[in-house]
Amino acid sequence: MSTRLQSGGRLIDRTKQIEFNWNGKRLNGFQGDTLASALLANDQMLMGRSFKYHRPRGVVAAGPEEPNALMGTGEDGRFEPNQRATTTEIYQGLKSHSQNHWPSLEFDVGAINTKLSRFFPAGFYYKTFMAPSFAWKHVFEPIIRKSAGLGKAPTHKDEDSYEYFYAHVDVVVAGGGIAGLQAALTAGQAGATVLLMEQAVDYGGRAITDGVTIGGKPAAAWIKSTLAALKKLPNVQMRTRMMAAGVYDHGYLLGYERLTDHMGPSDGPRQRLWRIRAKRIVTATGAIERPLSFAGNDIPGVMLAGAVRDYIADYGVSVGDRTVVVTNNDDGYRTAIALHEAGLNVPCIIDPRGDLDGELPAKAIALGIRVENKSAIGKVKGGKRVEAVTLCAQAGEGATLEEIKCDAVAMSGGWSPVVHLWSHCGGKLNWDADTAMFRPDPARPPLGADGTGFVIATGTANGHLDAAAALKDGHAAGMTAAKEVGYKPARAAAPLAASEREAAMMPVWSMPQGASYELKSKTFLDYQNDVKVSDVRLAAQEGYESVEHTKRYTTLGMATDQGKLSNINGLAVLADSLNADIPNVGTTTFRPPYHPISLGSIAGDAHNELFKPIRKTPMHQWIDENGGDWEPVADWRRPYCYKQGSESVEDAVTREILNTRENCGLLDASTLGKIIVKGPDAGKFLDMMYTNMMSTLKVGHCRYGLMCSENGFLSDDGVVARLDENTFLCHTTSGGSDRIHAHMEEWLQTEWWDWKVYTANTTEQYAQIAVVGPNARKVLEKLGGMDVSAEALPFMTFKDGELGGIKARPYRISFSGELSYEIAVPASQGQAFWDMCMEAGKEFGIQPYGTECLHVMRAEKGFIMIGDETDGTVIPQDLGLNWAISKKKEDFLGKRGQQRSHMTDPNRWKLVGLKTVDPAKVIPDGAYAVDGTMRENGMHNMIGRVTSTYFSPTLNHSIAMGLVLNGPDRMGEVIDFPTIGGESIKAEICDPVFLDKEGARQNV
Amino acid sequence: MLLLNCPCCGIDADETELEAGGEAHITRHGAGASDDDFETYMFMRKNPKGVHFERWRHAYGCGKWFHAARCTMTLEVFGTYSAQTLEPPKALINKIKKKRPDWEGFVK
Amino acid sequence: MSNAVSAMNGASFKGSVTIKDTGLQGMITLRGDFKSAVVAKALKTATGTAMPETGQILHSAKGSAAWMSPDELLLLVDYTKVDAIIAKLDKALSGEHALVINVSDARAMFEIKGAATRDILAKGSPADMSKEGLPVGVMRRSRLGQLAVAFWMDDEKTAHMVCFRSVGEHVFMWLKNASEKGSLPKYYT
Repeated sequence: MSTRLQSGGRLIDRTKQIEFNWNGKRLNGFQGDTLASALLANDQMLMGRSFKYHRPRGVVAAGPEEPNALMGTGEDGRFEPNQRATTTEIYQGLKSHSQNHWPSLEFDVGAINTKLSRFFPAGFYYKTFMAPSFAWKHVFEPIIRKSAGLGKAPTHKDEDSYEYFYAHVDVVVAGGGIAGLQAALTAGQAGATVLLMEQAVDYGGRAITDGVTIGGKPAAAWIKSTLAALKKLPNVQMRTRMMAAGVYDHGYLLGYERLTDHMGPSDGPRQRLWRIRAKRIVTATGAIERPLSFAGNDIPGVMLAGAVRDYIADYGVSVGDRTVVVTNNDDGYRTAIALHEAGLNVPCIIDPRGDLDGELPAKAIALGIRVENKSAIGKVKGGKRVEAVTLCAQAGEGATLEEIKCDAVAMSGGWSPVVHLWSHCGGKLNWDADTAMFRPDPARPPLGADGTGFVIATGTANGHLDAAAALKDGHAAGMTAAKEVGYKPARAAAPLAASEREAAMMPVWSMPQGASYELKSKTFLDYQNDVKVSDVRLAAQEGYESVEHTKRYTTLGMATDQGKLSNINGLAVLADSLNADIPNVGTTTFRPPYHPISLGSIAGDAHNELFKPIRKTPMHQWIDENGGDWEPVADWRRPYCYKQGSESVEDAVTREILNTRENCGLLDASTLGKIIVKGPDAGKFLDMMYTNMMSTLKVGHCRYGLMCSENGFLSDDGVVARLDENTFLCHTTSGGSDRIHAHMEEWLQTEWWDWKVYTANTTEQYAQIAVVGPNARKVLEKLGGMDVSAEALPFMTFKDGELGGIKARPYRISFSGELSYEIAVPASQGQAFWDMCMEAGKEFGIQPYGTECLHVMRAEKGFIMIGDETDGTVIPQDLGLNWAISKKKEDFLGKRGQQRSHMTDPNRWKLVGLKTVDPAKVIPDGAYAVDGTMRENGMHNMIGRVTSTYFSPTLNHSIAMGLVLNGPDRMGEVIDFPTIGGESIKAEICDPVFLDKEGARQNV
Repeated sequence: MLLLNCPCCGIDADETELEAGGEAHITRHGAGASDDDFETYMFMRKNPKGVHFERWRHAYGCGKWFHAARCTMTLEVFGTYSAQTLEPPKALINKIKKKRPDWEGFVK
Repeated sequence: MSNAVSAMNGASFKGSVTIKDTGLQGMITLRGDFKSAVVAKALKTATGTAMPETGQILHSAKGSAAWMSPDELLLLVDYTKVDAIIAKLDKALSGEHALVINVSDARAMFEIKGAATRDILAKGSPADMSKEGLPVGVMRRSRLGQLAVAFWMDDEKTAHMVCFRSVGEHVFMWLKNASEKGSLPKYYT
């Protein structure tokens, strides 16, 4: 059984007991425990079920590489699936549960899959669900969906907050083991700014547990003094519980800092995502131990040897009373010694090697531990817990020599440097056959903006498994990084580390050497995805020679641990099956993040009210308080209508239209773009920007203009006013202000840079308020301050003056067909002016109106709306706007485009009005017209589509505009618009101007 | 996540402050252009594997357009320069030739 | 102008830093040739400052001049004097190709004060917020979260930030959120 030892555990505080909840049980642990160590202390070795076969699984590792012990943690708005028990620190009241089982962890119906496992070989899904095609959707997918997935997706909105932090540093050191600490110290002492991040709660990596000495003292003492020295350096920052998640182009690095995960719900953000620009990145990320491939290596109780001694040293937890150690290298002996020193029984160390001449085996033998060389585990016996192992010869096929009773197995297949960060951005690897590992190739690092390498791998992550070499390498990395970012580090030797001399390891990819198919089909490579040695062999047999294909076919390394444990073993099996060398088979691509990070941290602060910036006009609050029913217009919010009392939206719109046409309406038009264009060449420039002639516009006058892209397509429209000889003010659509300003600047900066023109986007300088309707003039006259008569301020002119004591510029322009003034006042006084208009307009029946009223009124007048009548494929000629396209101008943006054959095709759909035969029926938005003929594929031939469609209260009739084949030549013809319900709406083609074609209403 | 030095304001701008503008040194063919010229101007782009000249705008900074010479394979940035020019500066071309001896040179 | 209100109407918040809408602020965009002696002279009369170097903001008792781009300055002056200053500038620059325009009402301006100021800004801007990256006297146009802003340090504890008026509320909420309890990164402090 696993249990808490009487003493030990450098990371736990035995004076602080923590109560937490797991699978509904109340359990106790200590402050500093991870969920895994606390569960082990409570004799809970079974922690989850595997993905495919629902096999019982226990914890294997003690760090982020853990494939099995995945938990759901928290509740409701703080629930999170797939959290590794090995990196989840417990806190008072933590609620957690295991996953992927039904009805319970102990008894799981899905475990039947393991009995059927020979029916679930590699590529099973691909092979089985190919045909018949309907079966996928109706049979297979629903079943697979029900049983697939590890954790369940959260159902509540995330209650936590997250944030970003941007930092610029000379050197990031990823990993706070002894090599990382030394690299940070060396670079920091040289003067470079350094950010050192360590994913765990404490610094030092494996050095303390593994008994390394530095400068003759225990590693812990050196670590303490080095941390003190680092803390003294103002240019060095250190963070724990912070992981380097990914390395990207040009020295960009994501750091994932877990602020409150170990405390539970607290003030402030839960996690902080650091977006760092580093000139150099030193990866001191250590190594991960590899499992060994023997039958039953997934039975709970089989663990990595390093993890077994971590649980003893870090948490004072014994994983079993009798632990068999199986190792192909000397490091595994450290675990046997640690177990022995903790008073636990090690019945046998099983080692496939012949000569055992290292210091550690000698020490183990001296302690009286039985060591079997040239040996292997034949298979592990047990179901939900290890019961025994069979001892066999490594060279043979697995014939049992002896059965050894035990309740845990500590395995070590050697170590793989963590090369993820090195590889994320293109760093290449070399295969080191002696140590059977991929290590970074310093000659082929990831390249930065200046073409030089910007990642420096160091320590164990650079392949130095020996402490002395690792520390020396850390120092060298610090020197190199400091030099490369422009500092001159003082010449100093690295401190000397020492650990036991280790003999060579022996690569073992299959245990025993000649294991039978039966054994191989119980030998797991990828624990989370249930990929076995037999699966990889099958994939190779079936022709999957590329490692990238094998990965996808077998799902090897595709689980949430991304193959941290399985990669090398899988590769080796594949290489063996293909009779190729490991380096020739190659590795799969390492992609960020190194370890899963939360979606919340990626979203950062962009949630709730900060999700997306909303642009607000100066009258926003008033509108909100006066019935405004908001709709988004680009990033702005504009009122669709103003609801009075219990009025419906439709009733409000109708009321607003009738009131504006009969009395007076007030519109917040502040969102319209207002771009100043000034200079001696301003007229010439605008002649290029607009399809019509702007250079001839008289000072004080306004002209409606169209803007096209070089392709000829209509992109924006608006009224241009000439403020003085050299200055124009260009109105754009609400969504177009930034875009059109950028468009103008692009042409000025990149094509006509010799033209003397300056632009300025003054959109938000003004509140623009439209006073519209037969009584509009009366309202303004009541405000007083300037002459707004027809004579002083005729249609399509403007004047600067004052209204109601506020500096104002009324434009006599109309988008409604009514007498209309659009008045620009300083934004700071927008609300004051609005209030004055409302007050002065009381006796004239003034009412505010929203965007829908605006839309209906403009449609009644046949005015186009960018985004309704246009969709990026429409040219002005399609809309009958030829009058606004200059024939005199030599050139303008879009002119050449509009001459292309497709644009001059007489069969392009053209704008017409549409009057429904039944006046009460409104054609649905976007409806298509058909002529009754069919295409070969059984679809209707379409001859047009609706672009704007409304019920006009003014005319008491449904109206619409649309683009119709040969439309202008078909006046009076009735065409059909089929609707989704099957009904067809008939409409007569007519002039798009439904109201006051002569313009008598506006020109008064 | 590129980092480009804006030659207009001198800032090393993060990619999130920038707006990409496609290939640089495209000749505009407006009214009166032949079909071929117009097609080339509107639609034909080099998309090279290697040395490339691009337009960028420091959208969240000084707002100005500039040009960048970049390797599309390694993302090495050879230099940034003014947008008010019809071709890359000589010194920059020489620098790229030194670093990429096999490069065919600037072709408009 | 008694009825004029700034974007956040003087709102303030005290968290790990103090955030304040600084109220009505006169702002003028001046575009022109920075090498022109006429432009430099006109600027001197308007703000009392010399022509700022690339990326600089210069202050005098009369006002400030900030470098926005190679041909654009932002002048900060008394809100009530903007029209008069523009009239003067227009007159002085009548022979030049230049643009002078009032943008006082198009912007919101905030003061961020406290030892954690750099920490707070570094949560939203990819700019280097270190003392070396953003020394006092430098005008930085950048991003804050999803929005375009410009900011400068007046001293080690005080920054000013300018953004468009329509998003003044968002920027204020953003700064408020960034300086809430328990969220100080303590990187620069």
